[in-house]
Amino acid sequence: MKLTVERIAFRYGKEPLFKGLSFDVAAGEFVSILGPSGCGKSTILNLLAGILTPESGEMRVDGAPIHGMSGHFAYMPQNDLLFPWKTIMQNVCLHGRIHGDPKAAQARAEALFPLFGLAGYENAWPGDLSGGMRQRAAFLRTALCDADILLLDEPFGALDVISRGDMQDWLASMKQHLGRTCLLVTHDIDEAIYLSDRILVLTGRPAAIHREYRVTEANRTRDWLYAQGALRHSLHDSIRGLEAGPC
Amino acid sequence: MKKTSRAALPALAIVALLILWEALVRILEIPSYVLPAPSQVLAALWEDRAALLRHSGVTVAEALGGMGISLVCAVALGMLMDVSEGVKAVLYPILVVTQTVPMIVLSPILILYLGFGAAPKILTVVLMCFFPIVVSFTDGMGRIDPGYVNLIRTYGGSRLQVYTLVKIPYALPALFSGLKVAATYSVSGAVVGEWVASQAGIGYYLLRVKNSYALDKMFASVLVIILLSLMMNGLITLLQRLCMPYLYRK
Ligand SMILES: Nc1ncnc2c1ncn2[C@@H]1O[C@H](COP(=O)(O)OP(=O)(O)OP(=O)(O)O)[C@@H](O)[C@H]1O
Ligand SMILES: [Mg+2]
Repeated sequence: MKLTVERIAFRYGKEPLFKGLSFDVAAGEFVSILGPSGCGKSTILNLLAGILTPESGEMRVDGAPIHGMSGHFAYMPQNDLLFPWKTIMQNVCLHGRIHGDPKAAQARAEALFPLFGLAGYENAWPGDLSGGMRQRAAFLRTALCDADILLLDEPFGALDVISRGDMQDWLASMKQHLGRTCLLVTHDIDEAIYLSDRILVLTGRPAAIHREYRVTEANRTRDWLYAQGALRHSLHDSIRGLEAGPC
Repeated sequence: MKKTSRAALPALAIVALLILWEALVRILEIPSYVLPAPSQVLAALWEDRAALLRHSGVTVAEALGGMGISLVCAVALGMLMDVSEGVKAVLYPILVVTQTVPMIVLSPILILYLGFGAAPKILTVVLMCFFPIVVSFTDGMGRIDPGYVNLIRTYGGSRLQVYTLVKIPYALPALFSGLKVAATYSVSGAVVGEWVASQAGIGYYLLRVKNSYALDKMFASVLVIILLSLMMNGLITLLQRLCMPYLYRK
């Protein structure tokens, strides 16, 4: 589904965080928002998910304005928010449990546990898992949502390099299979290059999309990623604001 | 090892105290109508075991009934206060004030209205137990990370599901600490109610043996009250382990 954000204004205190923020994500597109810490990336996702309300501006899904919690989004917040009183299996099946079909959700989840490196931990408590495992469980819980648009807030931030790579590979393949629209927030430049159709660089205060990059390569491998020195360099500079103005 | 020694120390202290008590009574030849020795108390306990057991049953039933009613009311009122700030602003201060009314004063009034049966005793228990439960439950829900609530809401959960899936389970540990306090109150509450007017229960037994100056039996019933309170406490701990296995994992 197509997502449009138009001239959003928002502030926490006095100083505006956004003043006319606009961008869009085409149906089935994978877009990353890349930006320094504290620039407002998580806030954008909270606005979309309906947890926060913009002062002005409009957000639309397939042209229809959305207000509050619209149910269009599968949101993975930055902290894992696993329920300590539920087992990992019960946690990842939350969406199915809310919508009255935990059995079907469990069947789908069981198939994905090995891939998410969680095999054997179905009945473990979140308190017994490492930070990286908890994040994978939170990601699995989001992946099992039947919403049209995925909102991912640094889903692999707590993972080691190896499992982060595995999860990125999985996400890259899932993105082709499911064809779901995806908005990823990250400050990992390589992750953005590897996964995105488009990268939006968010900087400044009030924050705005400072620059956008299109990544068109269809056949992405790790080798291809390592060869993207120029793109990486350019992204790095624009995050740090060394470049003037949008291209 | 450390854990066992921690439990053993107070037990040892109590045993030492009892031995001292026993020795003093024997050496100074204190008559049992002044101060019965522990051995005499135990003898009285054994001698009257059938009556004590019967009366204990009555008291425990009143305590359990009162606890059950308190729990249901506390959860309902706690949720109501959580839903509406207005309700909380009106009720919370009133709840605090009710705690300043001494039960021993209220009990006779309850009997005037409710008669001599179990009802006024159960109500006394409720009045003593309700407060710690509702306060701990409300505070527990108030401390929740709003992220949990938002997660349920963004997943399309209803307001009711916010309670069943997040708020109540989140507040459960707090609820249980309130229940533990209430459990100790519950037996005393029932005894106070029985003491004022009744035909059965440990409070009634206590009153009867007091009137016949049977000091050893009075001490025996105090011992029974302590044991019953500990039992109620143990019951709550057991329930806690069953309800929250994630807190007791290896
Ligand atoms: N609840 C809040 N109240 C007040 N200010 C807030 C709140 N949440 C965030 N902010 C401020 O808004 C700004 C943007 O926060 P946000 O969490 O969106 O940043 P972010 O880009 O996600 O950062 P990070 O990469 O570190 O997660 C920050 O400067 C932060 O101090
Ligand atoms: Mg963030």
